[in-house]
Amino acid sequence: MTTTLIDINAEQQKVKDAIKAQGLRVLVCAGTGCVANGSLKVIERFKELGADVRPMTHQDKVTIVPTGCHGFCEQGVLVVIPDLDITYVKVHVEDVEEIVESHIKNGKPVERLLYVDPKTNEHVFKNEEINFYAKQTRTTLANCGEINAESLDEALAVGAYQALHKVLEKGDSQWVIDEITKSGLRGRGGGGFPTGLKWKFTAANRGGKSYVVCNGDEGDPGAFMDRSVMEGDPHKLLEGMAIAGYAIGADEAYIYVRAEYPLAIHRLRVAIAEAEKRGYLGNNIMGSDFNFTIHIKEGAGAFVCGEETALIASIEGERGMPRPKPPFPANKGLFGRPTLINNVETLANVAPIILKGADWFSSMGTEKSKGTKTFALTGEVNNTGLIEVPMGTTLREIVFDIGGGIRGGKKFKAVQIGGPSGGCLTEEHLDLPMDYDNLIAAGAMVGSGGLVVMNEDTCIVEVARFFMNFTQNESCGKCVPCREGTKNMLKILERIVKGKGEMKDLETLEELAVAVKDGSLCGLGKTAPNPVLSTLKYFRDEYIAHIKDKRCPAGVCEAMKTFEIDPELCKGCTKCARNCPVGAIEGTVRNPHHIDQSKCIKCGACINSCPFKAIKQK
Amino acid sequence: MSDKKTLIINNKEVEFTDEPNLLEVIRKAGFNVPTFCYRPDLTQYGACRMCVVEVEYPNGRVVINSSCTMPPEAGIKVKTNTERTRRIRKTVLELLLANHDRECTTCDKSGKCELQQYAEEYGIKDVAKYVQKKERDYLPIDDSNPAIVRDPNKCILCGACVRACAEFQGHAVLGFANRGSKTVVQPIAGKSLASVDCVFCGQCQAVCPTGALTIKNNVNDVWNLITDPQKKVLAQIAPSVRVAIGEEFGLEPGENSIKLVNAALKEIGFDLVFDTNFSADLTIMEEAHEFVERLSKGENLPLFTSCCPAWVRYLETQHPEMLNHLSSCKSPQGMLSPVLRELVPRYFEGFSEENINIVSIMPCTAKKVEAKRAQLRRNDKFETDVVLTTQELAQMIKSAGIDFKSLEPVEGDSPFAQYSGAGTIFGASGGVAEAAVRTAYEFVTGEPLSDLDIKGMRGVDKNHRCKDVELDIKGNKVKVRVVSTLKEAEKSLKEIKEGKADFQMLEVMACPGGCINGGGQPRSCDDSHIKEKRAQGLYKEDTELTYRRSNDNPDIQKLYREYLEAPGSHKAHELLHTAYQDKFKGSYKNVVKS
Repeated sequence: MTTTLIDINAEQQKVKDAIKAQGLRVLVCAGTGCVANGSLKVIERFKELGADVRPMTHQDKVTIVPTGCHGFCEQGVLVVIPDLDITYVKVHVEDVEEIVESHIKNGKPVERLLYVDPKTNEHVFKNEEINFYAKQTRTTLANCGEINAESLDEALAVGAYQALHKVLEKGDSQWVIDEITKSGLRGRGGGGFPTGLKWKFTAANRGGKSYVVCNGDEGDPGAFMDRSVMEGDPHKLLEGMAIAGYAIGADEAYIYVRAEYPLAIHRLRVAIAEAEKRGYLGNNIMGSDFNFTIHIKEGAGAFVCGEETALIASIEGERGMPRPKPPFPANKGLFGRPTLINNVETLANVAPIILKGADWFSSMGTEKSKGTKTFALTGEVNNTGLIEVPMGTTLREIVFDIGGGIRGGKKFKAVQIGGPSGGCLTEEHLDLPMDYDNLIAAGAMVGSGGLVVMNEDTCIVEVARFFMNFTQNESCGKCVPCREGTKNMLKILERIVKGKGEMKDLETLEELAVAVKDGSLCGLGKTAPNPVLSTLKYFRDEYIAHIKDKRCPAGVCEAMKTFEIDPELCKGCTKCARNCPVGAIEGTVRNPHHIDQSKCIKCGACINSCPFKAIKQK
Repeated sequence: MSDKKTLIINNKEVEFTDEPNLLEVIRKAGFNVPTFCYRPDLTQYGACRMCVVEVEYPNGRVVINSSCTMPPEAGIKVKTNTERTRRIRKTVLELLLANHDRECTTCDKSGKCELQQYAEEYGIKDVAKYVQKKERDYLPIDDSNPAIVRDPNKCILCGACVRACAEFQGHAVLGFANRGSKTVVQPIAGKSLASVDCVFCGQCQAVCPTGALTIKNNVNDVWNLITDPQKKVLAQIAPSVRVAIGEEFGLEPGENSIKLVNAALKEIGFDLVFDTNFSADLTIMEEAHEFVERLSKGENLPLFTSCCPAWVRYLETQHPEMLNHLSSCKSPQGMLSPVLRELVPRYFEGFSEENINIVSIMPCTAKKVEAKRAQLRRNDKFETDVVLTTQELAQMIKSAGIDFKSLEPVEGDSPFAQYSGAGTIFGASGGVAEAAVRTAYEFVTGEPLSDLDIKGMRGVDKNHRCKDVELDIKGNKVKVRVVSTLKEAEKSLKEIKEGKADFQMLEVMACPGGCINGGGQPRSCDDSHIKEKRAQGLYKEDTELTYRRSNDNPDIQKLYREYLEAPGSHKAHELLHTAYQDKFKGSYKNVVKS
């Protein structure tokens, strides 16, 4: 290479020194979750009170750093002070003064704002003792929550653009592809396709115009892994895209982000502008002859646009409908050109692999699934939030160690993994190492990483209905099996939860599930029956209870609830009869009342009105 | 080593070359798979999932995918009829039928509906286990215009119409709305077809597998005319009808059956039968004259042909500022009707301006709209009373119990019975321009053109939608461009606007390949060769006719001698020329009214 690259290490040292001069850094989470909990006000308050404070650590000053998501969203607003090795949770604006006065100035931690371990019920003082973090391995998310996402300097200080520099220095695109291939990285968007292979296929078409597309249309209900990366460490994503562009010979890229992620879009825009201004993106990157421009395309919120061909159609300005494959995007993608399309998390893994080497990456994980995976842990666990663990971590470690066990001491029932395209895992899978292949074998999938924990009070049929309703509403309507098949599957599930199901419905449900899986055009349809098939596999008796006994074992399904008055307890006050909106309660004053089940609409008004707790729901 | 590429279909080794997809190879091998959404002239879509096959790759991997979207690959093993593929097809059919208005017997497509046909083939008897379409789910039927009826309750969302509209006309009047099971196909913003800028080419209807899009049927209007003893009913038959209508009665595409059509019309009860080919010759006389005049003055060039009503409407609605390019000649349908009204009473006893009713038989749905143009009225009456498409005439012949193939051939009625080969080739893309050049050459040079076959203008397949031909008219170079589909036309309009156009005449036909493939013709969307055969039928008749230039037609010469005086005369203008309307000016709405 005839051009001269900038000295990235010197650049890094410069910003590192600048950051050191900031003194005591107080990291306040400014991710979407914490912002919703009022973190912007907390940040303002800290800036007000902390401006002239000399901390007890004898540093020159205090600097307040708004960061990306720490992952522990449920405990927001989170305030982390690394130099004091402490994490404050559920911080409100009125707590700030106490933290500043008591801890920052005088070294006395504010105990009431510390995390309480759900198992021991004790306050946790040290960061590494918070189980939620202790069991995680954060590489993709390493910088989320550590740096100010809107500052290129902070990113550079933690090593941003070092990998791209290394690539440009080597000047060998094949080496990049080989390294990614060797690392064993697989697509984190759901399919699990080997990333190196995808790059190889796309690079085979190099010569003309090619594109890199980043799929940030995270549509699974409850999933926010990609959002956190875009909000918390945008430069890691941009760097990964630039490396991908270099590897396949593309000079232009799009990030497709759903419009419901305004903060992510804002931070990406800031990051792109700053990186272009300072020569880390755009033309002649870091003094090389490599050019790479990144555009942002806001999606209008269609789940199906997470499917790569629909996403491409959407960027082109067409209705977001999947196109048949082949041709694959690697051969004919965006605007008919070879296109590499990877999801946010996949691309965020690229720079660390290049920097630390394929061997480092493949040392984590299982035989066929390398590295780490982020999950959005939600549902009935004590600690919900965003986590990152090595592939092959067991469900038990996630639910009981990181998640801190089931909320309220209830019994674990199942997890739904992979969102509407995934399936459920039960107690028998608690010790199954979670990786791509094990999950497929168990009838579920890693998917984009949504992990919903369910306890004994969850009706599994209702869960299947919920996801089917989601896929039916989000079906693009193009192919018949998905459009009409999911509609009919949903109708059957609706009948069952209403207590109107018949045994032959199960047969039709299974028939349809197979036809939809086999026959659909795109991934959305092909995976839509998964929640039904896996719940039918593991919880068939629950379906049967709904159908045959007209009983919801979890006591969730409204239509199957019955209300009865205990004649022993009923004093005949008539209050319930007066409150019943449909006149279903009969009885005379001072005599036990009775509910006519044929009239009852199960609204629960009687239970709430009874002063003697004589009405029971069964 | 041979470089033959083969694959296995159902245990049979099949050779393939440049077939665009596996489905075509399967058909070539003598197997068939059903499909709703695959149309060879449209992009592959893969939505109906009826053509799914099981494919085993040499590495042992087995996939199930739609054969219409898969490229043929050497060495793969394809199974078209397995338990899995059958189950998918059967489920698809059942699901579609459950959500379909199943009033089949009264449906316009009954007997020609693919859903009905496959339901029968796959023995679908009961769809009660699925969610049924209920009356409250029914959407209103759109019959807002004179050409096309849209019944959304019969739509199976195969998207063929949406693609036809976008890919042929570049116009995308139809599109998808909503998501999931609420998805529908509809004109922009849920409006009626009459209130969007639909050109009524009818290609959407021609590719529709069900009764969701049908031709507005005017057969009863014609029966009413015929049964009224006070009325005299005259027919005119467009060039391309003769090479297509026979398909409805088991004849080969391209077989010329004009004399059988004449016979059938007489049998049905028409009083006189004329040929639109005659007025095609008349159009050439006027248009060639106009062209030569514009060339000499250098005005309003390139000249746009005006035979295609979809094209005329497109210009009126999308590019009214370019209407000055459009020839002022009426279309052949528009010319013949007033001539008949004016002259038939002179030649035939018992016929008067008052009792004459004219029915035109057209390959075209847009002609139904053209006939209702405010400019094509005479003495407070529309010059053409009813327009029937080829399909409707075939239906009429069938309902009259006529055995079409065994009819005795009948000639058209004089004095307008003769036509030239130039008139007959009007039906294929390039034919109007070729006919015009044959005559224009003589108008300019005073000498007949020696080689009448202008091959560069011919060809009706996908690859011949834009043809440029340069001619030498005694040292003067004249460039003619021929396009079919409005999408292609739009590109040429852009060139003109940008000053890049170097041609002096632009022939436009909105339907791919021209009128032979018009929206009113018998079904041809499964096989792109049908339109080629029809075009060959026209070019064959051209070579067989005594006269091949419009100006040589003795009946035309007689008409000018006795009545019209000369091309471009005052009388000619009164009967044969028309004006156009800018969408954005005046009472445009009157142009489309059912």
